[in-house]
Amino acid sequence: MRKYLREGEPFVWATAATLALTLIISAVLIVVVLVNGFGVFWPSKLAQVSLTDGQKVMGEIIRTEEHPDGSGLRYQFKTGNRDLYGLDFRWISQEHVTLLEYPEDAVGLERQEYGNFYGYLKAFSLPEGRVEAGSLKQQYVELLPEVQRRMEHLDDLQDEVMVLSRKMQKIDLETQELLYESKNPDVSAVQELGRREAVLKEDFATLLTRQNKAMDGLEAFVGIFVDAAGKEKNIPLSHIVRFYEPNNMNVLEKLVFYLGKLVELIFGEPRESNTEGGLFPAIFGTVVLIFLMSIISFPLGVIAAVYLREYSKEGPVVRLVRIAVNNLAGIPSIVYGIFGLAFFVYGIGGSIDALFFPERLPNPTFGTGGILWASLTLSLLTVPVVIVSTDEALGAIPGGIREGSLALGSTKFQTLMRILLPMASPGIMTGFILAMARAAGEVAPLMITGVVKLAPALPIDGVFPFIHLERKFMHLGFHIFDIGFQSPNVEAAKPMVYITTLLLVLVVLLMSSVAIVLRNRMKKRYTYGTF
Amino acid sequence: MSKHSTFSDPVIEADNLSFFYGSSQTLHDINLQFPRKQVTALIGPSGCGKSTLLRCFNRMNDLVDSASMKGNIRLNGTDINSSGLDVIELRRRVGMVFQKSNPFPKSIYENVIYGLRIAGVNNRAILDETVEKSLQGAGLWNEVKDRLQQSALGLSGGQMQRLCIARAIAVNPEVILMDEPCSALDPKSTARVEELIGDLREQYSIIIVTHNMQQAARVSDHTAFLYEGLLIEYGPTKELFMKPKNKQTEDYITGRFG
Ligand SMILES: Nc1ncnc2c1ncn2[C@@H]1O[C@H](COP(=O)(O)OP(=O)(O)OP(=O)(O)O)[C@@H](O)[C@H]1O
Ligand SMILES: [Mg+2]
Repeated sequence: MRKYLREGEPFVWATAATLALTLIISAVLIVVVLVNGFGVFWPSKLAQVSLTDGQKVMGEIIRTEEHPDGSGLRYQFKTGNRDLYGLDFRWISQEHVTLLEYPEDAVGLERQEYGNFYGYLKAFSLPEGRVEAGSLKQQYVELLPEVQRRMEHLDDLQDEVMVLSRKMQKIDLETQELLYESKNPDVSAVQELGRREAVLKEDFATLLTRQNKAMDGLEAFVGIFVDAAGKEKNIPLSHIVRFYEPNNMNVLEKLVFYLGKLVELIFGEPRESNTEGGLFPAIFGTVVLIFLMSIISFPLGVIAAVYLREYSKEGPVVRLVRIAVNNLAGIPSIVYGIFGLAFFVYGIGGSIDALFFPERLPNPTFGTGGILWASLTLSLLTVPVVIVSTDEALGAIPGGIREGSLALGSTKFQTLMRILLPMASPGIMTGFILAMARAAGEVAPLMITGVVKLAPALPIDGVFPFIHLERKFMHLGFHIFDIGFQSPNVEAAKPMVYITTLLLVLVVLLMSSVAIVLRNRMKKRYTYGTF
Repeated sequence: MSKHSTFSDPVIEADNLSFFYGSSQTLHDINLQFPRKQVTALIGPSGCGKSTLLRCFNRMNDLVDSASMKGNIRLNGTDINSSGLDVIELRRRVGMVFQKSNPFPKSIYENVIYGLRIAGVNNRAILDETVEKSLQGAGLWNEVKDRLQQSALGLSGGQMQRLCIARAIAVNPEVILMDEPCSALDPKSTARVEELIGDLREQYSIIIVTHNMQQAARVSDHTAFLYEGLLIEYGPTKELFMKPKNKQTEDYITGRFG
C-alpha cells in the first residue's frame, strides 16, 4: 500500500479522470450541436390527426412525451400556418386522437413570410386566359418557370431602383457639400444639380409604376391551398420558397431536399427575422471580422513582443509591462466593447466625420458602429494573447543561437528576421490560433461596436470602393443570441440556433485548422533538435 | 615583461585589460600578444575568466548589459573599440566557435553561407564555391556533399560542431576564437576537430580555450595560464608544460588543483 502511494498511482488515475471528464464535456457539447444541427433540414413526415371532437390537425410531430399530469402520451405538433392559427405549435394528447395518418398528398410549403404552411393543394387561380392541363402537381411544375422568370424580371427592376436611388443620393450629397462649403454657393451649379435630380426623380417614378405592374402580374399566379380542417388559403406562387410532399418522397428526394436546404443556409439570405433562410451575411461578416482582427492584432502583437523581448532593457518597467499585458487578457470583454465605443467609434470615428464628412452631419458616416471599429476592438482584446505567446516563443530560443548569428557579423535586426522570428513562428502561430478562437467567440463587445440583426449590405461588395469598413455587419455569435433569446417565436427559432452554433463552430474550426497546418509546417522546418 | 612572450607581428594584442561584470572584476590587468597563424591555448580552472577574455576579442561581451572594460585590445594594430572599426566588421574578421554547437535551423548549405548572405552576397556561383571550400576546410565535405539541402539539425554532434567551424571560416576571418569546441564531443570527433585545427593553422590565427591539458599540448603553439582573472604564465606550449616557471602553473598542469 505504501509503495502504491509512493508511486503516485492515485494521482495518475486522477489526472486521467480529469482529462476524460473535460473530453466528455466537450464531446457531449459537440455531439448535441451536431445531432440537432444536422437533423434540422431532414424533411419529416406530415401527420394528420382526427380528434374526438371532430377537429383535424396536420403538422410535423416534433416530440412525443409523457403528459405532465400523467394522463398518457402527448404529441407536440408543428402545425405551421401561423397566418391562420396565430401559433406554430400545439400539444395534442394521445387520448383525444381517434386517427393518425400520413396522407400521401399532404403538402408542405416554405414561404417568404408567416412560416411553413401544411395542407393540401386544391387548385390554381391564374391570370385570365391561362389554362394548364394535367394533375395539380404537373401544373405546378409547368407554372414554376414562368413564375421564376417574372421574379427575375422583378429583381432586375429592383436593381435598377437601387442604381437610381444611389445616383440620387450622390446628387444629394453633392448639393449638401456645395451648400456647406461656401456662404454664397454657386447658384447655377446648385440649380444644375437640382435639374438633374428632377430628371432622375421622373425616371424613378416611371420605374416604380413598371415595378408595380410587374408585381401585380406576378401575384396573379396564385395557388389555392386548404388546411387539414378545410379552410382555404390563397398563396401567390411567388411567395413559395419551397414546395414539397414529404409523405411522398423517397430517400433520394429527401437527400436532394436536404442538400438544397444546406446550400440555402450557407449561401442564402435570411428570411422571417432571421429564423429561416440562409446565414450567408452572418458567415461572411464573421469571417471578415476575424480576418480584419487578425491582420491588425497579429503584427501589432508580434512587433510589441519583439521590442519587449529583444530590445527593451530587462528591469522593473519591463516586468511591470509583462504583468500588465498578462492581466489585459483577463479584462471582461464588455469593457473592451465600451472602450471601443468611446475611443474608436465616438473618438476616432467622430473625428473622421468632423474632418472629412462634415456636410453629412448629424448623420454619422464613421462615427457609428461598423465592422472596422468592431475588429479594432477585438484586436485590442486579442493582442495580449499574441504578445504573450510571441514573447515566450522568442524567450525559448537558446541564447547560443543568437550569439552564433551575431558572432558571424549579423546585426540584431538581421538575426531577428532571419533566425529568431522563423524559429519563434510555431509559438507565434499557437498564440494566433488562440487569439482567433477567442475573437470568434466574442459577442458582447460587438453588440455595442457595430453588429446588427439584419445588415442591409455586406461589408465587401461590388460597389465602389468595394470594401466598406464603415458598414454594420451580421455575426454568427450575435445571431445565436438574437434568434435564441430575442425572437418572438423562440420555439420556431430553435433549429436555427443549433444550426448557427454548428456553423460558428465549423467556421472557427476551419480557420484554426488552416493555422494549425501552417504551424505544423513551420514546426517541422524550424524546431531546434537536441542531440 | 619577462614572463610574457612578445612577437614582432602579433594579430591581437591586449594591453592592461581589465574587465568587470557590474562591480565584480573578472579580469585583472591582462597583457597578452597572440601570434599570427599559430594556435594559442587559454587554460585555467573553471571560472578564471577564459571565456570572458575570449569574448572580449570579438566584443561578444557587448551583449551583457552590466559589462564594462578597461584597457586596449588591438587587431592588427587597430583598437577594436575605436570608432574606425565597427563591431560587425570586427566580428566578420574574428570568427567564433562555441562550446555548444549552435547550427541554425536551416539547411546545411544555408548554414555555411549565413555570414555571406547577411553581408549581401547572393551570387550563386560564389556561394556554391564557398560552401564547398568551407566544408572541405572543416573536413565535412565528403560526409554531407549529397545532403546540402537537408536540415543541419539532422547532423551528429561532431558534424554539427564542424559545420559551425565551416560557417566561421566561410566569411574568411583572420582569427578564429574557439571556446571549448570539443567539450561536448566523443573522443573520435574530438580527434577530428583537433586534426582540423592543425590544418586551419596554415591560414588562420586560432585562440582556443580548453580544459583538456593533453589537447592544449597537442594542438597549440603557445599557451596562456589564467588564474582568478590574472595572467599567471604565458609561453611556448612545450616550455610551459615541460618546465613551468610558476608554482601555480605547475600545480595546475600536474592536476594538483582546478
Ligand atoms: N554574464 C555574466 N554576468 C556576470 N558574471 C559573469 C557573467 N559571465 C561570467 N561571469 C562570471 O565571470 C567569471 C568568469 O567567467 P568565465 O565564463 O569567463 O569563466 P571560464 O574561465 O570560461 O570558466 P569555464 O572554464 O567554467 O568556462 C565567473 O566568476 C563568472 O561567474
Ligand atoms: Mg568558459
